[in-house]
Amino acid sequence: MSTKRQKITRLTLTYLVVLIMFVIILYPLAWIIGSSFNPGQSLSGSSIIPKNATLAHYQHLFDTSKSNYLFWYINSLKVSILTMVFTVILVSLTAYSFSRYRFVGRKNGLMTFLILQMIPNFAALIAIYILATLTHLIDTHLGLICVYVGGQIPMNTWLMKGYLDTIPKELDESAKIDGAGHLRIFFQIVMPLAKPIIAVVALFAFIGPFADFIIASILLRTEKNYTLAVGLYEMVAKQFGAEFTTFAAGAVLIAVPIAILFLSFQRFFVSGLTAGGTKG
Amino acid sequence: MSSVVSYPTSHRKKALILSIIPGIGQLYNKQILKGVSFLVLSAAFIYVFMDLINIGLWGLVTLGEIPFEDHSIFLLVYGILAIIVLVFGIGFYVFNLRDAYKVGKKRDSHEPVSTVKEQYRNLVDNGFPYLIMSPGFLLLVFVVIFPIIFVILLGFTNYDLYHTPPAKLVDWVGFKNFVDIFKVDMWRNTFFAVLAWTLVWTFVATTFQVALGIFLAIIVNQKDVKGKAIMRTVFILPWAVPAFVSILVFAGMFNESFGAINRDILGFFGIEGLPWMTEPIFTRIALICIQTWLGFPFIFAMTTGVLQSIPADLYEAATVDGASTFQKFKNITLPLVLFATAPVLITQYTFNFNNFSIIYLFNGGGPAVTGQNAGGTDILISWIYRLTMTSAQYSKAATLTMLLSVIVITVAIWQFKRTKSFQEEDMM
Repeated sequence: MSTKRQKITRLTLTYLVVLIMFVIILYPLAWIIGSSFNPGQSLSGSSIIPKNATLAHYQHLFDTSKSNYLFWYINSLKVSILTMVFTVILVSLTAYSFSRYRFVGRKNGLMTFLILQMIPNFAALIAIYILATLTHLIDTHLGLICVYVGGQIPMNTWLMKGYLDTIPKELDESAKIDGAGHLRIFFQIVMPLAKPIIAVVALFAFIGPFADFIIASILLRTEKNYTLAVGLYEMVAKQFGAEFTTFAAGAVLIAVPIAILFLSFQRFFVSGLTAGGTKG
Repeated sequence: MSSVVSYPTSHRKKALILSIIPGIGQLYNKQILKGVSFLVLSAAFIYVFMDLINIGLWGLVTLGEIPFEDHSIFLLVYGILAIIVLVFGIGFYVFNLRDAYKVGKKRDSHEPVSTVKEQYRNLVDNGFPYLIMSPGFLLLVFVVIFPIIFVILLGFTNYDLYHTPPAKLVDWVGFKNFVDIFKVDMWRNTFFAVLAWTLVWTFVATTFQVALGIFLAIIVNQKDVKGKAIMRTVFILPWAVPAFVSILVFAGMFNESFGAINRDILGFFGIEGLPWMTEPIFTRIALICIQTWLGFPFIFAMTTGVLQSIPADLYEAATVDGASTFQKFKNITLPLVLFATAPVLITQYTFNFNNFSIIYLFNGGGPAVTGQNAGGTDILISWIYRLTMTSAQYSKAATLTMLLSVIVITVAIWQFKRTKSFQEEDMM
């Protein structure tokens, strides 16, 4: 009998903890969604389930004559997608040569990458700022993308090299005997087998720029060029209380699609991360 | 067989000496095409980069001599560029010497010198890794390595608000910045206050998120718990929402005048509004709670993965041996989870050590504290940002960046020595 009672208390406690966690997780999300439908600009007198729900804040965001929100959204997507594409290309190439070739300078190169990936790339903020000014890349998305891609290379190269090392070398050797050239082995033998890690690298390379605030905030100067992180922050920082409901609508429009995307890829993401992460 | 082989001819030495001018040695070795291309390449190199190297090296030493005419910071940039170009040039030069010597040696021992076709094949085979690496590597040099060198050099100058080109020149000051940080009261107090909070923040926030993540994964993973799928989805949610959005939302919730925490929650329990944004200690508590909220799902997901991969017979065997639930947890579950997630756990600590977004987006590193030039919740990285962007203390910021990097690199090297791909058998 006592084991049964034990089981009941254990399960009750478990569900209780889960319930508390549900409240803690969902409350802020519900609050921001509620705020985004609240009429008026400030939150005074609002409630989590608004009495006179309105879509006005969403309309405001989509009106390009009143708000730059749409530009920010497009900028963020553009910068993130381009960073992702270039990172995948460059990282595949470097990781492949580190994994498959033995050349002079390989060990030093690997050590350099290792040390570089430990320094966060915003540690050199001042330098990035001055260099961008000097090359007229300040306030351009090209400059931003270059910094992001460069910053992604060391860490992702290690990650992908770790995975490529696990693909048997006999495969490329037999292909070589059959007369396949360097490029052919790379594109037709190794890359198809490396799809899982390519997906992980692509995801990292997309999320990094999308979520980055610090580099974008020093490089981008004009409001139309902002990415979402910088734009939303400025919106909030300028007059926090006054425009909070509009900010809330903007936050919801980012959080919902990203969360849905994330949850649908989640299983794959976690498995790829543990596979690459613990090995790399 | 004697170890010293003597050759009747000495082509290798002649070729080596001749290739002091790149290409001549190759011509001497009768590799016409190679020789000519080396000659052309080096001539082009000198023609194109002579000025840059000249100005750059001069600028690097003097940092400019006449205000308004010489811009110290641009000169510093040219100087670094000159050095990078020089390093590439020297690399090519050494390669040229080696090549001339090697081919000469082949001729000395009467081996056939490779023909143009063979040379081409060689170039493709040996050059391929360099070729495919070069785009990534070049980008890395300019957007990562270059800035790092720049910051290191900047740490030894007096570049700040009062020494801003073009009106003023910047000068080398040696280790003065380092000395200042430890000797000048205001800097020393701020540095140690910020460092202490950075360490407390890193340790407490990370440990909370790790502990909560593992704890929740274990209780959800109990065999007889129903509704696992929905629990897992909800527990992942804070990870699925971009962090900058969540942090800004929390900044609103903790707002003292209209935020939900003071007005709705604490008000409901009849507690007076708390000064979340104006008292350092409250901001710190809020930050740690928020980071726990943001960070635990990742650990939760990883631990769930590990738990599902633990074979059930381990537990069955333990049950047969009469182990209690707690013993099973202590001796099977926890060690396996910690072992599998250890490398990731350490990266969580380094991540929080540099977690700029949460500190800056939540309250800008504030509230302000008297007697120091960093805010009450500034960690090292956000203090550096503040020094750079608001008070133009560039050289101090650079010095602090170096100190910060030393800490991060030490931890990271220690960690990486343990990972698998570092221990691959043929690292060379």
